[in-house]
Amino acid sequence: MSKINFLKPDRSNLNTFLYIGSLLFFISVIDVFLNSFFKINLTGFLPSFISFLLPLILGFIGLYFIRIEFSGIKYLDLINKHINTNNFNAVLSLFIIFVIIKSTPPILSWFVIEASFAGDSKDVCTGSGACWTYIKVWMRRFMYGMYPNAEQWRINLSFVALALLGSVGYFATEKYKKYLTLYYVVIYPFIAFLFIFFFISGGPVFFDFSYGIIAAVISIILGFFIPSKFKFYYFIFVPITLYIALKYFIFYEELIELGKLEGLNWVETGAWGGLSLTFIISFFCLIFCFPIGMAFALGRRSDFPLIRYISIGFIEFWRGVPLITVLFMSAVMFPMFLPADFFIDKLVRCIIAISLFEAAYVAEVIRGGLQALPRGQYEAAKSLGMGYWRMHIFVILPQALKLVIPGIANTFLALVKDTPLIFVVGLLEIVGMLNLAKTNPKWLGFAMEGYVFAAIIFWIICYAMSKYSYNLEQKYKTER
Amino acid sequence: MNFKLKDIGPQLITVLAVVLVFGFFTYNAQVNMENRGIDFGYGFLSQESSFDVQFSLIEYDGSHSYFRAYLVGLLNTILVSVIGIVLATILGVIVGIARLSPNYLINKFAAFYVEFFRNIPLLLQIFFWYFAALRALPLPQDAEPMLGISYLTIKGLYVPAFIWQNFNIFFYSVVAAIIAIIVIRTYAKKVQENQGKQAPVLLISIGLILILPLLSFLIGGVKLSFEIPVLKQLATTSFIYEGGVSLPPELIALALSLSLYTATFIAECVRAGIQGVGKGQKEAAASIGLNPNQVLKLVVMPQALRIIIPPTTNQYLNLTKNSSLAAAIAYPDLVLVFAGTALMQTGKAIEIVSITMFTYLTLSISISILMNWYNKKIAIQEK
Repeated sequence: MSKINFLKPDRSNLNTFLYIGSLLFFISVIDVFLNSFFKINLTGFLPSFISFLLPLILGFIGLYFIRIEFSGIKYLDLINKHINTNNFNAVLSLFIIFVIIKSTPPILSWFVIEASFAGDSKDVCTGSGACWTYIKVWMRRFMYGMYPNAEQWRINLSFVALALLGSVGYFATEKYKKYLTLYYVVIYPFIAFLFIFFFISGGPVFFDFSYGIIAAVISIILGFFIPSKFKFYYFIFVPITLYIALKYFIFYEELIELGKLEGLNWVETGAWGGLSLTFIISFFCLIFCFPIGMAFALGRRSDFPLIRYISIGFIEFWRGVPLITVLFMSAVMFPMFLPADFFIDKLVRCIIAISLFEAAYVAEVIRGGLQALPRGQYEAAKSLGMGYWRMHIFVILPQALKLVIPGIANTFLALVKDTPLIFVVGLLEIVGMLNLAKTNPKWLGFAMEGYVFAAIIFWIICYAMSKYSYNLEQKYKTER
Repeated sequence: MNFKLKDIGPQLITVLAVVLVFGFFTYNAQVNMENRGIDFGYGFLSQESSFDVQFSLIEYDGSHSYFRAYLVGLLNTILVSVIGIVLATILGVIVGIARLSPNYLINKFAAFYVEFFRNIPLLLQIFFWYFAALRALPLPQDAEPMLGISYLTIKGLYVPAFIWQNFNIFFYSVVAAIIAIIVIRTYAKKVQENQGKQAPVLLISIGLILILPLLSFLIGGVKLSFEIPVLKQLATTSFIYEGGVSLPPELIALALSLSLYTATFIAECVRAGIQGVGKGQKEAAASIGLNPNQVLKLVVMPQALRIIIPPTTNQYLNLTKNSSLAAAIAYPDLVLVFAGTALMQTGKAIEIVSITMFTYLTLSISISILMNWYNKKIAIQEK
């Protein structure tokens, strides 16, 4: 018993235990460090099994010795509190420290020290490290896909312009703040569409749809002047009528001529690809899936049973099937459902499919927010004499959307992470381009570099998005 | 009149729009199929499929029907989903608890894991494991044995197969042990409620589940032997392993990436669940004299599970749906076998895609009905 007491560290002989303990701990760390960084095995004279486990044992004894409660030394107490609360935690902490030390040299040498950066052919990649030359040579393909090199400024210009236009919200003064929603929901997507249509595509790919968008914008602008009594019927009938009128009664040829800018070659959507395609698809799906999802969320909580059942059916259908089968459907089944002479570009089909798919998830998220609002909010709005639309637009939705910012951000993150699936219909964004480059006979054997590169890019995008959504959540948090 | 119109008008218009859209699609589909000379029907399911599948759980070759091919795909999907769900749950629970650890290093390590794997697209991870990581494995002839009996090679994982004699007796003994444990637990609970005595239920349970199957070996004539994979030379440079069970690298890559990816989400669910139990609950439980294990078992876990289970079931559903990404690395799951190969051969796009979607829909909806039922059962009964 006395022996155990002697080995039990306490405050009375603090210094002895502290020195012995920290010495043992440092020996163990230095042993592992030398072993992994300089390939020097201090304990080489021991049998290999013991030599392997020795640092762990020494470190464990060391941590046991310095585990003295209320020692009065600030840093010792901090260490004990955070990594050394009991035996189990001490072993785990040691294990993690050793794993970090052990894994640093190989990772570092693969990424930087042994890696090759220079040159522009496979011959320079002789070392055991990564071949970043491969990424350098294929950079344009990874970014722009098969888009012609000479025309790539069009993508850059469009993206820069759209980024600038998108940041308008930060610079808007108090006076114009109330128009921001209108700007972001209607005008900005329209401008973005025009940029993609005129600049990146440079041809009449989307033309049939541009009528639809023109019709929608005109009818929304006119809609502000329609008395609210007729608004519902107005929005049901007018856009469709406008669309048909635009399509069949306004001179087709003239508009096509108008749609072509002088001197820009048409680049078909099959040639688009790489990271820029990821951005284009995510951007449009994000814009489309939000209003569709909101409509179905409201539909699911509607008082009209038929509308409710249709919404439930829609949401549960899309949520129940994997995205890959939806894209299969858009690729092989959807053309069967359209008139024989009616052709929709496969990029557009893709965007429609992904938007509808994600809209179902957005709908469920928004429904959560609508359900979380107390009944009093609805009743208060109604008692002020507000109708259905007025109540939702001014009272319910602003609060509900604030509540579900994290959920919506998660859905958008999922959307960005789902874009690589478009390989199913033959469109190659960055992951697809990687798989193509990997099979190039001149550049065989660099799969790892490519995937690591893409992983880093996606990680940065997704991590930035999640941090941004966290900031938004903090900003719009209101006390209840 | 006006009142009625206001009620019926919007519904009528919505239904009309839906009917119009569907009618338009059906009409076009009919016209298109007539033009191309395709007839609609599910008769092809009983025809001979005449294609092979690399990996199947049931006996299958080209002479079997398309329906059999569908079953092969479905079983492969279920196999990878079940493996993925089990691994993801184990890993997710460990990481979720680790994120709540007071140990700074463990906490940050778990957080790093979650942030890292959650923010990389699943497809990219699958490609990474399949095309980059597993390609670095040794060839069959160079492989080092793991524990002397299994081999991890570039062609897959080879593990020993179990060969049973009188398996049914062993099975009955396990069932008997489980029933006995349930009876003893119920009895012990009753005794505790009436007399306040606690029986060592856990020890008895472990003993039962070990001893009864062991008895079946000793008395019941059950025999278990292993078939260990053996290296076999096909040609001068081509080797394979024979005997035992072989898991193809596609399955390994898929199961690994699915579980690593989904585990991050499950970890977050577990963390949220445990954090969602109020501190007062634990303190109250401790103050009435429960020991830490009892606090965890009787107070914290039942409440945490109520928060954890619905989102976790959702993640299981996601994993099952994500397993369809198998098509990208040619693991023969439902999408690849049925919506890929079978569709190419028969050209029956509408039938095959609809069957595939319907299958996934059935899986999802049945799981979500189950989940809703369970959710209702454990929900707190509030006034």
